[in-house]
Amino acid sequence: MISVPVHVQLLLASILFLIGLVGVLIRRNVIFMLMSVEIMLNAAGLVFIIGGAHWHQADGQAMVIFILAMAAAEVAVGLALILQVFHLHKTVDVDCLEELKDTQS
Amino acid sequence: MNLVFYIAALVAIFATLRAVLHKHAVHALLYLIVSLLSVAVIFFILGAPFLAALEVIIYAGAIMVLFVFVVMMLNRGEAAVQQEKEWFRFRTWAWPSVLVLILFVEWVYMLWRGSAQQSFAGVTQGPIQPQQVGELLFTQYLLGVEMAAMMLMAGIIGAYHIGKQKQKSYHRYLEEKSDQISISENKTQEVI
Amino acid sequence: MDVMHFLWLVPAFPLAGFLLLALLGLRLPARAIAWIGTVSIGLAALVTLWIGLDFLQQPPAAGHYRQVLWTWFNINGFAPAIALYLDPLSLVYIFVITFVSFFIHLYSTAFMRGDEGYPRFFAYMNLFVFSMVTLVLADNLLLLYLGWEGVGLCSFLLIGFWYRDEANGYAARKAFIVTRIGDTAFIIGLFLLVKQFHTLDIQDILSQAPQVWAIGAAGAFWVSLLLLGGAVGKSAQLPLQTWLPDAMAGPTPVSALIHAATMVTAGVYLIARMHVLYSLSPTMQLVVAIIGVLTLLIAGFSALAQRDLKRILAYSTISQIGYMFLALGVGAWTAAVFHFMIHAFFKALLFLGAGAVIMAMEEEHDIFKMGGLRKKMPITFWTFLAGSAALAAVPIITAGFYSKDLILFDALASTQGSTWLWLGGFIGAFITVLYTFRMVFVTFYGEQKKVIAHDPERETAMMIPLMVLGVLSIIGGWIELPHAWAHFTPFSHFLESCLPATQLKAGVESWELWLQLLTAIMVIVGIYWSWLAYVKRPALAYQLKQTAWGRALYPFFYKGWMFDQLYDTLLVKPVVWLSRIDRHDFIDYIYEGFGQLNIGINKVFSRTQNGYLRWYLLCVVGGVLIIFSLILFV
Repeated sequence: MISVPVHVQLLLASILFLIGLVGVLIRRNVIFMLMSVEIMLNAAGLVFIIGGAHWHQADGQAMVIFILAMAAAEVAVGLALILQVFHLHKTVDVDCLEELKDTQS
Repeated sequence: MNLVFYIAALVAIFATLRAVLHKHAVHALLYLIVSLLSVAVIFFILGAPFLAALEVIIYAGAIMVLFVFVVMMLNRGEAAVQQEKEWFRFRTWAWPSVLVLILFVEWVYMLWRGSAQQSFAGVTQGPIQPQQVGELLFTQYLLGVEMAAMMLMAGIIGAYHIGKQKQKSYHRYLEEKSDQISISENKTQEVI
Repeated sequence: MDVMHFLWLVPAFPLAGFLLLALLGLRLPARAIAWIGTVSIGLAALVTLWIGLDFLQQPPAAGHYRQVLWTWFNINGFAPAIALYLDPLSLVYIFVITFVSFFIHLYSTAFMRGDEGYPRFFAYMNLFVFSMVTLVLADNLLLLYLGWEGVGLCSFLLIGFWYRDEANGYAARKAFIVTRIGDTAFIIGLFLLVKQFHTLDIQDILSQAPQVWAIGAAGAFWVSLLLLGGAVGKSAQLPLQTWLPDAMAGPTPVSALIHAATMVTAGVYLIARMHVLYSLSPTMQLVVAIIGVLTLLIAGFSALAQRDLKRILAYSTISQIGYMFLALGVGAWTAAVFHFMIHAFFKALLFLGAGAVIMAMEEEHDIFKMGGLRKKMPITFWTFLAGSAALAAVPIITAGFYSKDLILFDALASTQGSTWLWLGGFIGAFITVLYTFRMVFVTFYGEQKKVIAHDPERETAMMIPLMVLGVLSIIGGWIELPHAWAHFTPFSHFLESCLPATQLKAGVESWELWLQLLTAIMVIVGIYWSWLAYVKRPALAYQLKQTAWGRALYPFFYKGWMFDQLYDTLLVKPVVWLSRIDRHDFIDYIYEGFGQLNIGINKVFSRTQNGYLRWYLLCVVGGVLIIFSLILFV
């Protein structure tokens, strides 16, 4: 149907993935971080689709379905955690959530 | 069709960037939905109509609704936007951006080198029908499906359990307060 | 049925007794503990007696009997066995050990009654007897060494039996460490023997040694020197004698066991057992004789000045073992073993008697605070007197006379003897008379200074051993009469198959009667002097002490010729000083350095653990970057 080179398709997926990565790294708001993780998952799914289309196999799509299920579960638990954290700390700033640090330093 | 792919790709990149960089949470979510929709278009172009539908229904539909819900529940208003602006400093984004940029350059180099060695025509041979996907899922990947089901179950239970408002913790907070007060009272008594 | 097959029962009974007491001792009533402890030794003694009678009636064809129980281990052909070896020498030893130990155990059942460590005491005592029997019956030197170390361990445990008192623990450690010096020499000697002979089997070594080494060979010299080191440590001879007087810290039956039946006689046994090596090295034999003479003189003089009843006996033991070493040194092997046997009887008797006296005096050890016990404690007095007479070698009527006289005669008349050795032994014998009867007179004569609180004479279990040993101290010597009287020498005849007869100089037989006469006169004079100084005119001893010589020598002798002080200055203080300046052992710094290094690394890495989620993610991205760079460019 289309004749876009595979590496260009993959380039799109990697750009989306890296934008998501940047988002995780630079946002201090937990909700944005979770959103960025979703973007990264989505980009990974895109790679599977590209692979499936390239070799004309249904396996790629099956994998994306698993990724979808995983993302749904992750978002449910993650958002519950965010709610709970906000309830306890009255903030969504990850830099305030530093109780796991080593006490020596 | 190639043109549609490029347009959709540009829309996806732009919308994702806006989603990641936007100060306002609800606006960012809306951009994210746009980005997901354009990715769904690309899925469709690449011959995965079933997945494109799922992407719209589950991602852009269900998951994003969850996000919106949470943002509404937190309900932080204009102050949050102000705060986001404060957090968004050069110091915060410079180093991660540099690292990711290097990573990006490496990936691009890798992709172009790979395509030079091995030419990918990129010509797809028509869509893969949902029946094929379903057959595959319930034969070869049956175990994976079962595990995904279990994981979803665990996710539901976990989300319910974690998200439960614990009355007890509120009590403990009060108790600690009262303890501290009594201790300070004792101290003052000692001083006196 | 061959009786000899039951030889393994001799060590097995005490071991069984030990195991029973060690495992169940705390749950058993006191009476059962006493029964187990005593009966196990008694059965061993009966088996010994049975085997001994059989041995006398129909000796084994080769003159010895060997029982291999199992192979201990086998490393490249070096395979010491757990094997028992019975010949006349070891038969005499196990006979003395089991019988004397049996009486000591019997005595202890009453003596230790009411002590909270009652089961522990009997367990240790049984282990002690087991170790000593193993030592004596061992077929090879490694098994002998096992018993040797077991004896050392038990002496440590028993000397420090009342461990709540720090002084007792100190005495136990001292005994252990001092004998350990000798043990180290001993094991080095064993290494040399293995290197030379590739075996530790005693009989193999003894039969091969004359072929490998000529007389006076360096190998024989070093091996015998190192074995002598071990013997000197265990037998409390010069220069390692200092532990024995302090070993009095243990309960009195323990002292009796250490001094009479076990432990200190192990050194004598070792040299007698390895006599071939010493015959090959005349220099070493002379050293043995000189050590014996010096020890008996030094210990005798020290005993003269002691006030503690048990310390007098301790020094007398050192002195009497000195006689045995003298006998070994001049090649009078049978005389040494004979004296060992007689000494075991009377020394056990004296210690048990002393125990009774001390019990009556409520733990009073100072003889000058006793006195006048003759009438109050007749059985103790008469048996103690019999033991003392044997120790002093009162002529004809006591056993000690026959054994000691034999040694003195051999010291002069043996081909390796000399006038000097004899003179030393003779002076030693005179001093022995003096201190023995000083002890007897001061303790039992004069006026009573303290009332008897708990009369030990009512304890049958304590009096029977005293009487039996008293009788043995008198009649025990009649199995070996001097040559000058009659040719009645069954004892040395019995030992002939394993110990060579003494080589006498030509034409010395006629001296023997004169020497005996001299000894007799000497003994009577000695007794008279002691009587004069401590009964008739007590002022005399006091005046003697107040002269210039007396004032200088008395404290010197009292402190045992200052050997403790000498070792303290020469060895203990430098070591203590070194350990003080090196309190933080410099080697520790290496290990501490490793620890510090780890802590430092931990500090550096714990900085990365700062709790910021975004920092962790950045680290992950950095890691991914590095991996991709490696894949692409390396």
